Amino acid sequence: MRFALLVSVFVVASCGLAYELIAAAQSSYLLGDSITQFSTVIGVYLFAMGVGSWLSKYITRDLPARFIEIEVMVGVLGGFSASGLFLAYASSAAPFKVILYGLVMLIGILVGLEIPLVMRLLEGEIRFKDLVSQVLSFDYLGALAVSLLFPLVLAPRLGMARTALLFGLLNIAVAIWSWTLFRTKVSRPRYLLALCLGSAVLLLGGFAGADKLTHLAEHQLYQDEMILAETTPYQRIVVTRWKDDYRLFLNGNLQFSSRDEYRYHEALVHPGLASLPWARKVAVLGGGDGLAVREILKYPNIQSVTLVDLDPAMTRLFRDAPILRRLNQDSLHSPKVKVIEADAFKWLDTHPEETFDFIVVDFPDPTNYALGKLYTNLFYRLLERHLVAQGRAIIQSTSPLYARKAFWTVVTTVESVGLNAAPYHVLVPSFGEWGYILVGRDSKEKLAAPPASIPVPTRFITPELWPALFTFPADMSRVPAEVNRLDNQQLVRMFESEWRQVIR
Amino acid sequence: MNRREFLAATGATLLATACRNTAPPLPPGELLGQDATLGHKLRDGSMPPPTEEKRVPVLIAGGGIAGLSAAWWLQRNGFSDFLLLEGEREAGGNSRSGKNAVSAYPWAAHYLPIPGVEAEYTRLLLAELGVIKGDPRAPKPEYEERYLCAAPAERLFIHGRWQEGLTPQHGVPSSERAEFARFDELIRGWRARKGRDGKRAFALPMALSSRDPDILALDRISMHDWLMSHNLKSPAVHWYANYACRDDYGTNHKEASAWAGLHYFCARTGEASNAEHETVLTWPEGNGWLATRLQEKVAPHIRTGHWVWRIGTDNGRAWADVYLAQENRSVRYHAERLIWAGPMFLLPYVWTDAPEAVRHSARAFTHAPWLIANLTLSAHPASDGGAEMAWDNVLYNSPGLGYINATHQNLQVRKGPTVFTYYRALSDRPPSAARADLLAADYTSLARQVMADLTPAHADLPQLVTRCDIWRWGHAMVRPTVGFVHGAARQQLASAGKAPILLAHADLSGLSIFEEAQYRGVMAAQAVLRRG
Ligand SMILES: Cc1cc2nc3c(=O)[nH]c(=O)nc-3n(C[C@H](O)[C@H](O)[C@H](O)COP(=O)(O)OP(=O)(O)OC[C@H]3O[C@@H](n4cnc5c(N)ncnc54)[C@H](O)[C@@H]3O)c2cc1C
Repeated sequence: MRFALLVSVFVVASCGLAYELIAAAQSSYLLGDSITQFSTVIGVYLFAMGVGSWLSKYITRDLPARFIEIEVMVGVLGGFSASGLFLAYASSAAPFKVILYGLVMLIGILVGLEIPLVMRLLEGEIRFKDLVSQVLSFDYLGALAVSLLFPLVLAPRLGMARTALLFGLLNIAVAIWSWTLFRTKVSRPRYLLALCLGSAVLLLGGFAGADKLTHLAEHQLYQDEMILAETTPYQRIVVTRWKDDYRLFLNGNLQFSSRDEYRYHEALVHPGLASLPWARKVAVLGGGDGLAVREILKYPNIQSVTLVDLDPAMTRLFRDAPILRRLNQDSLHSPKVKVIEADAFKWLDTHPEETFDFIVVDFPDPTNYALGKLYTNLFYRLLERHLVAQGRAIIQSTSPLYARKAFWTVVTTVESVGLNAAPYHVLVPSFGEWGYILVGRDSKEKLAAPPASIPVPTRFITPELWPALFTFPADMSRVPAEVNRLDNQQLVRMFESEWRQVIR
Repeated sequence: MNRREFLAATGATLLATACRNTAPPLPPGELLGQDATLGHKLRDGSMPPPTEEKRVPVLIAGGGIAGLSAAWWLQRNGFSDFLLLEGEREAGGNSRSGKNAVSAYPWAAHYLPIPGVEAEYTRLLLAELGVIKGDPRAPKPEYEERYLCAAPAERLFIHGRWQEGLTPQHGVPSSERAEFARFDELIRGWRARKGRDGKRAFALPMALSSRDPDILALDRISMHDWLMSHNLKSPAVHWYANYACRDDYGTNHKEASAWAGLHYFCARTGEASNAEHETVLTWPEGNGWLATRLQEKVAPHIRTGHWVWRIGTDNGRAWADVYLAQENRSVRYHAERLIWAGPMFLLPYVWTDAPEAVRHSARAFTHAPWLIANLTLSAHPASDGGAEMAWDNVLYNSPGLGYINATHQNLQVRKGPTVFTYYRALSDRPPSAARADLLAADYTSLARQVMADLTPAHADLPQLVTRCDIWRWGHAMVRPTVGFVHGAARQQLASAGKAPILLAHADLSGLSIFEEAQYRGVMAAQAVLRRG
């Protein structure tokens, strides 16, 4: 009996420390700034434990039953703490920090109640001095065991959600064991047993479905069913489906929706390429989804397409996954397409001999300084060197409506390297009003002149649209802007502040 | 200890280990630096006597920026009868660099501010190297963009967080920020200020600065006392001024003179047509890029592994005894002119029968020791949610200055493996004591200090560092202590170069920076060309 209780002390202490660490690790994972997260979570937890041990003196009757109940509560709360926090974060149901610290406080109080109760349960059995030293040494041993196991084995092998559930199960095991020891001394043994077993089933179910839980959490983030997800060294790629709508997200940012991507990609390719019937050689920078390539391959005069994308996983997914192949009409399997896995800036810089008749620049938006480099004058100067004399390039460049200053900054930057720019815009429902810049050495008027016809099948773009495309209504018309250079990268800040106002 | 304390303690150690995974062993690496035994032999003159005699019209002793610039200027003006002798296996001096599979990286000097019109020779060189495009004398020349430091240039780790820029802000009370504004205001005033002689108060090269006694008086108080005299007491302002003095002069702001401290803030007024104010020029290998380009220009004239251990004059000509490290023998060179481009503290040992005034003045030069570590990382450290990785990443209130990210100027988007160059001026103790400790320390203790300084800012660093090489600079930089820059010894030596022995080194300016080293080199070369 005595030994049994001491073992439970060991387990209880392990679990107590484990929940503290899990909450701290989970919050620093989700919120960043690990040092602050660790120290605030640990601080709140210790405070709550103090509250718990103070509260323990109010528990006077039916000690064994209370202990079992507390164990069950700790087990369930602690066990689901990691997955619960993730879900809460993803669904942003309530302010995440309120949930986080509420949970930490609750678990802390319950854990703080445990040890004083054990001591009092044992009081009759052992002399008080021995009792204290034995209980405390088992307590410390348990904590030590976790402190070693947690970072070395549990967190890396099982992941956070399962680690928490495992400790929850341990708490329940202690509860069940205590039940077998005390079942004759408690008033409602059946109810207690049902409580223990029910929670054990719940936790086991959670353990089996831990992957589903994380999945569910991501679903909350993406709303729709996730049909593909992959984490690469560069980004998290997620493809979702809702009815017949497929969406691609990179790091949580929507890249396209299959419902209206034709608008985006037709507008990206045809205004440039339809006017270059002599074009043979095309490059696509970024755009590993193969959708721009699909549009380009419609032109029989195009003999080669060089696709330069950073992430081999992107091009592999869009080459191999059946739904995605259907979307890009197998464009990445075309013998005309050469896929180069490289950083586009670096590649242009190190391959001065490669020149093209038409270049599609389809990079992610300038959301950080690394991506911001791809929107600087140095980049456009390189781009210019890779265009043949009559060649043209098209640059996707954020929304002239939501990020008006940013859009015109890109236009100004392109012009600063001696290229002429003909900006235009299109409504893509899932993005809003979207902007493109057609550039070349021809005059602006010549760049913006409509082709006699679009010689390939399109759903959206027709020559009649030209005047509307190239006219900017007053709310998105040109504003004075400065050149975006590597040494100032003003676009990144501007982009962020303009979009923050839109999303808010 | 009760349970709560125990949990707190394990929590805290886990905080460390969860990020650090049980303190991993130190990364492998090498201790590098000048050969100390050779240095001592050089100083006590116990070199083998010369066994051969050679003649050359002009001899340059020392292949740092000053020596290389003298060679460059001679050659640029059609004079090519010279040899440049460098003791180390490689020229470059304090602007040397290294390279591994991940990146090139500096071993000391790492940047050049955009030069103003006064730094005429620096601009000419940059134009020759394609860094300046078009007219190098234009008020605002155009620069090649890839050499301009890309944004974000600087960030500061302060109170547990990375903030943008170097002006301390995160967790700094508003009263201190107000003092900062006042400090900036004072600096702006001095930047624009001219002396009664019509020259700018602080110019670069420093020789072109005003000689107005009111301005020179700043050399007689310390930077610290100057701040106090303006009632600037904020710890953040003092940290900032101290940082600047440590960074540029290896000297703390209680020892550095206010003239030198203000020179740092006020002299760099160069502008570019295509760069923000105060942008700097930099390369993955730092100023090693400039040193290498200079070496390429005069390569056939350079002899490395040639230690000049004794020089003297003989009937209006100069001679030099040179130890050839590879052959373990010495050669005596006779030359019409000799340019001593080594550091001034060596001069009394090498030029043993120099005029007494020269030897006396040279002994007054003190030099700051430095420790540089190049850490190779398998990946960039994880972001902590604060300011993004910058080129110069500075640590607030830390023994080290911080680190430069060698791959910052890369064009690619991807942030892969990189090299961090960690800088630490040993400025908190007298240089001789700090130097003795530095040279006596072993790899383990130095590497441990480096890691301990950086890990608070990057908890995952120990897992990422695959190598840590450490360079110990015993006499790295001349110290512009109170009274030194405009004191007798420096002024004496700056004008002591007389045929046949001329002097050229950043030491002569009392400020260890590229423009000064280059200016002194070019001045010596001009004296040679004038046959002076
Ligand atoms: C850690 C550190 C960081 C720095 N950062 C910067 C910076 O960012 N920007 C900047 O502008 N400046 C910086 N500097 C200053 C740098 O010292 C100067 O820019 C410049 O490199 C000095 O050149 P120098 O020719 O005057 O001297 P040195 O570099 O000292 O050159 C002297 C040369 O002479 C050789 N030599 C010495 N004795 C003999 C002998 N007896 N025989 C033959 N050869 C000999 C030496 O080996 C050396 O190559 C830094 C310096 C240090 C130490």
